[in-house]
Amino acid sequence: MMPFELPPFLFFYLAGALVLFTSGTPRAVLMLLIPVVSAVNLWLTPEGSYGQLAFLDLQLTLHKVDRLSILFGYLFHIAALIAIIYSLHVRDRMQQGAAMFYAGSALGAVFAGDLLTLFVFWELLALTSVFLVWARRSERSYRVGMRYLIIQVLSGLLLLGGIILYSREADSLSFVEIGLHGVYGWLIFLAFGIKCAFPFFHNWLTDAYPESTPTGTVFLSAFTTKVAVYALARGYPGTELLVYIGAAMTCFPIFYAVIENDLRRVLAYSLINQLGFMVVGVGIGTALSINGAVAHAFTDVIFKGLLFMSMGAVLHMTGRINGSELGGLYKSMPKTTVLCIIGAASISAFPLFSGFVSKSMVMSAAIENDYPWIWLMLLFASAGVFHHAGIKIPYFAFFAHDAGIRTSEPPVNMLLAMTIAAALCVTIGIFPEVLYQLLPYDTGYNPYDATHVLAQTQLLFFSALAFVWLNLRHMYPPELPSVNLDAEWCYRRLAPSVLQRITGVVVAANTALRTSAAKLVAWVLAYISRHHGPDGLLARTWPTGSVVTWVVVLLAVYLSLSLF
Amino acid sequence: MNPEKPHFFDKPANVRFVIRALFACCVLLLALDFVIHRHVYHSWENLWGFYALYGFVGCVLLVLVAKWMRTFLMRDENYYLRREQAADRDEQQSGGHTDDAL
Repeated sequence: MMPFELPPFLFFYLAGALVLFTSGTPRAVLMLLIPVVSAVNLWLTPEGSYGQLAFLDLQLTLHKVDRLSILFGYLFHIAALIAIIYSLHVRDRMQQGAAMFYAGSALGAVFAGDLLTLFVFWELLALTSVFLVWARRSERSYRVGMRYLIIQVLSGLLLLGGIILYSREADSLSFVEIGLHGVYGWLIFLAFGIKCAFPFFHNWLTDAYPESTPTGTVFLSAFTTKVAVYALARGYPGTELLVYIGAAMTCFPIFYAVIENDLRRVLAYSLINQLGFMVVGVGIGTALSINGAVAHAFTDVIFKGLLFMSMGAVLHMTGRINGSELGGLYKSMPKTTVLCIIGAASISAFPLFSGFVSKSMVMSAAIENDYPWIWLMLLFASAGVFHHAGIKIPYFAFFAHDAGIRTSEPPVNMLLAMTIAAALCVTIGIFPEVLYQLLPYDTGYNPYDATHVLAQTQLLFFSALAFVWLNLRHMYPPELPSVNLDAEWCYRRLAPSVLQRITGVVVAANTALRTSAAKLVAWVLAYISRHHGPDGLLARTWPTGSVVTWVVVLLAVYLSLSLF
Repeated sequence: MNPEKPHFFDKPANVRFVIRALFACCVLLLALDFVIHRHVYHSWENLWGFYALYGFVGCVLLVLVAKWMRTFLMRDENYYLRREQAADRDEQQSGGHTDDAL
């Protein structure tokens, strides 16, 4: 059946290798062609397991296609193609090559049939993506990349530890539902959780994504976290803990997003917020909620990619990304403004845009399965995401006060990529069946009933009203150049300080110990030299006569002892 | 140098128009609550204008709480950077070795 049924990562790895040795038009053609060829190959591959091989005693499956993995497969092809178009102008072998390897690793992970293969691609995701962070080639990006890599590799190690324990319990390593059983269940859960940016493990994302290049961030935002959502959906569907974790993920980042100045970091926080909806969907575990989770992953990659692309275009053209330095760009970048607003409307889940048709499934599932408080949190997060991603991003970049920047529209390829993404957002929003027929379950869900449309529109318009009201009353917090403390403070500030203290104490103790030891040695030397030195008691030369006297005394004592 | 032609939002009248349009939409949406009968999953939704109220109050609270969070979370832009650079300098100066007791 060759040449079909090839695992998609092969195409991307091949492209990645070729990109390193080509340039100019051939490289552009190659990079554009590969996702298309690979997608056709995937389309022609029937469901089933391929590429099975025995490694030691283990049965590995390199390529397993089912309804869940194929959805993510198509999604990653679309995301890769859009991001490749967006980055066509880039002349940087390392970045282009790393991007292809990174996309390939994500595809390898979602089609991995067993846990060991998953682990290999899990680590490759980390190793290939860090080059996109380093691609800015600044001291700052080097540091950020190292932190990112350490956390990602840590996730991989936890996964490996979990797999080793799992292999003792289970007969095979095939990647099926794992659940929170035993130590292995928790280890693998934690590994997935780190990559999925669970609360307290989320700062690698807000740290690294905004530090990448304008094009690199578009790649980064698409793959790593969505692979983690896929892994959770496969390994831990219906795990109730996920509902609460997910709800927390939807709520806490929006507070940070409101006060964050770097607009790409605002988007990184809102990425965690969107992941929260997916995690809640996986946690509820019904057909509708799982459908909602993966559908939301699908739409999120596209609209979040669109928003990152529009902010990347702003950064590319103006060299600035802080809300405090931007404003009034709609005058010189009207097309980018419109495209950004389409992305903003989609993430805010306006009816007729893509976020609406996917997020509403998770919301409906939450209320139907008797999670009213969770539902209220999700509703609050929906209003909040509109507030910070839907309004704040376009407002501070393109409107607000005119910062006096006069530039032009970004290169054609950037505009084209954004247009494709925007077209997909609107298409999925108007014709949700296109997406629904790809979902794992058939639930017959219809998002467009009057109740739902009215409720969501009311929610969003009054959120907008709140923004306008706060602005008119001058109560809206201004954009300020600042750093906001987050969980990362623990490892960027607390741990180094504690380590520094401990090092200080150890160094002091070491010095004290060595000084007193030196004093002791000096005293011993003095003592010995007093007795054994030239004039010491024990080194004195004694006359023979006195020695004989002492011997006689000794013998006399022996004699007297032997008498009794 | 030619003065730039005024853009849409440079005219206060246009800004006022957009804000008024938003107000009109909000009033219209609230009015629709009388006309369209929502089927309700939860008793909270029976409250008139529940979604409108929740959206407005939720967002105002969000912003005010976030603003308050700034009082204890905000640091200057180089908060982490300064320390990291200082740590690097120390390391370079001491040449990585501090073993000089004795």
